Amino acid sequence: MFHDQPSLAVDADSDGMFGPFGGAYMPEVLMPAVTELAARYAEVRSSPDFWHEYGQLLQDYVGRPSPLFLARRLSAESGGVRIFLKREDLNHTGAHKINNCIGQILLAKRMGKRRVIAETGAGQHGVATASVCALFGIPCMIYMGRRDMEHQLPNVKRMELLGARVQPVDTGSATLKDAMNEALRDWITHVDDTYYLLGTGAGPHPYPQMVCDFQQVIGREAREQFLRLTGAPPDALVACVGGGSNAAGLFIPFLADRGVKLYGVEAAGRGLDSGAHAASLQRGRPGVLHGNRTYLLQDGDGQIMDTHSVSAGLDYPGIGPLHAEWFESGRVSYGSATDDEAVAAYRWLSRSEGILPALESAHALAFARHLVATLPAGAAVVVNLSGRGDKDVDTVLDFDAFGGA
Amino acid sequence: MQPLISRIESTLARLHSEARAGLIVYLCAGDPDFETSLALLDAAGEADMVEIGLPFSDPVADGPILQGAHMRALAGGQTVAKTLQLLGDWRRRRSDTPAILMGYLNPILAYGVERFMRDAAGAGADALILVDLPHEHGHAVRQLAQAAGLSLIQMVAQTSDQVRRAKILDQAEGFVYQVMLNGTTGAQLVQPELQMGVLGELRACTTLPIAAGFGIRTQEQARTFAQAADLVVVGSALVQAIQDGPSEGAVTRCRETVRAFLNALRSGAGDDRPLADALDAIQTRD
Repeated sequence: MFHDQPSLAVDADSDGMFGPFGGAYMPEVLMPAVTELAARYAEVRSSPDFWHEYGQLLQDYVGRPSPLFLARRLSAESGGVRIFLKREDLNHTGAHKINNCIGQILLAKRMGKRRVIAETGAGQHGVATASVCALFGIPCMIYMGRRDMEHQLPNVKRMELLGARVQPVDTGSATLKDAMNEALRDWITHVDDTYYLLGTGAGPHPYPQMVCDFQQVIGREAREQFLRLTGAPPDALVACVGGGSNAAGLFIPFLADRGVKLYGVEAAGRGLDSGAHAASLQRGRPGVLHGNRTYLLQDGDGQIMDTHSVSAGLDYPGIGPLHAEWFESGRVSYGSATDDEAVAAYRWLSRSEGILPALESAHALAFARHLVATLPAGAAVVVNLSGRGDKDVDTVLDFDAFGGA
Repeated sequence: MQPLISRIESTLARLHSEARAGLIVYLCAGDPDFETSLALLDAAGEADMVEIGLPFSDPVADGPILQGAHMRALAGGQTVAKTLQLLGDWRRRRSDTPAILMGYLNPILAYGVERFMRDAAGAGADALILVDLPHEHGHAVRQLAQAAGLSLIQMVAQTSDQVRRAKILDQAEGFVYQVMLNGTTGAQLVQPELQMGVLGELRACTTLPIAAGFGIRTQEQARTFAQAADLVVVGSALVQAIQDGPSEGAVTRCRETVRAFLNALRSGAGDDRPLADALDAIQTRD
């Protein structure tokens, strides 16, 4: 089932736009590289050979399909609403990020690139990138904010063991946004031989397109698995959104199922009105950053604001352009979960089902916890468990001890 | 009101009559605060043109020196409105020197593009460079700039192939800005022969004046590229010189650095030294 060329339900227009969002706003030095990437990706996107190789690696290296798991004890506490977990945490390297990395490394290889760079927040994308670079013998440099490195030390060590160089980033807030700035500066400087393996649904075209295409395997599997189990689509899907790649991957294959409610969950940090959150859609305005027009957390002068979330992977002031379009069209509803709620959900899943979720995914779970109260008994919700939570053990213990970072 | 002959045109005509390339210097508005920045701009106004940087929180095309300038300016409370006020204050004392606003797109979107163009022209700007607005997305902004009497200066890079360069040149006005290296501002130029070749290629494709910028750190480099370009842009080297020393000498260091680069271009006026000598000078120096 995974070796076929997928039908890719969402297409950017010729300018790389999804409605009024997206595009490719880059310094001129990078524009030729970005347009070449778009042209090369357009070639492989219609190549059965490419998708065959991608599907084979997802099966044999990543371990797909990932299970769809009925969480019985969570459901028992949820008034008869069944909660299903899409187990992206069981993928090799422990998160959905690897799906995208497999696709992009195959493209990098076809383009003859000799060096790969990437940004990472929680370190999950960095670990996935370092892994596929080891797999294909390509040198790899990962940019990571120094603050994130402190919070995600196990992932830093994993990347180093995988042979990657981890470059600390001290500029700005020393988190994901700044890691992306530094990765872009590296790309500007080494544009001829370097492939930038961007890990989220944001960035200049064709990245949002590629990342959505490579993550759609989540939703295709989940839809097929759910239909096989119950014969009908679920009532709702829930996924966390930072840049938004795991949510887009889950949602896209369900877009045509008009009865399925789609919920993206932003990080509310210390509260949506605290000024310390990462809710780009619910508290931001459209603007241009990192190569795309999208919703951004910015001040009145167009300066990008510092964000906060207990989960490094959601701590980003923008969001993929596809989500910006879905937000305005209303096809997807966006909610939020605070640090407190996410940490509580982390503990809830750990105790109830024996699964440590990534703090990012715990935001989706925390929102689902409220959502089930509004649904009738017998309803079914699929929550994307986008990553595993081993990396967050110290953060959770510190949070409980000190009331937050 | 814009003058009938623009400041940029009359400056280029004067440079032509002096048989030399012109010096454009870059300073980030509000670095480190409004008053100091105004004094620095006054000193920098001895150059043939000035680029006034609009500070932005995420200047991805800038190297460490100019990133520092952006961050100091923002920490000092600089905003788009204050940058236009700074330009206006400076313009009242300097009526002839062209001023080019240079920055990133997002603060201008936040200010409102149409309002920005009107206010920038009113404050005395002549042109605008938007680092992260490629020609593909530039149409609406360019129209609004033109409606306000501002030129939207286009950048070409070494990576821009012939087809892309032709498209960019189709939209170019005022002059065309050649990015001299694949790198961020202030990075090291390593292949002067290659870069001279790039300027020569661009010359064959356009009748517009050519500005060479990014990575020009020494007077020798400026003099060399002045042989193939009409304008030479110095940014990081000037900001570095201002930063290197106590704050009370900053304005003096700014003026002296601008004069030194100007003298380098004047002494190179009509220079018919073989290109190879000039290239040697650069390589020896670096």
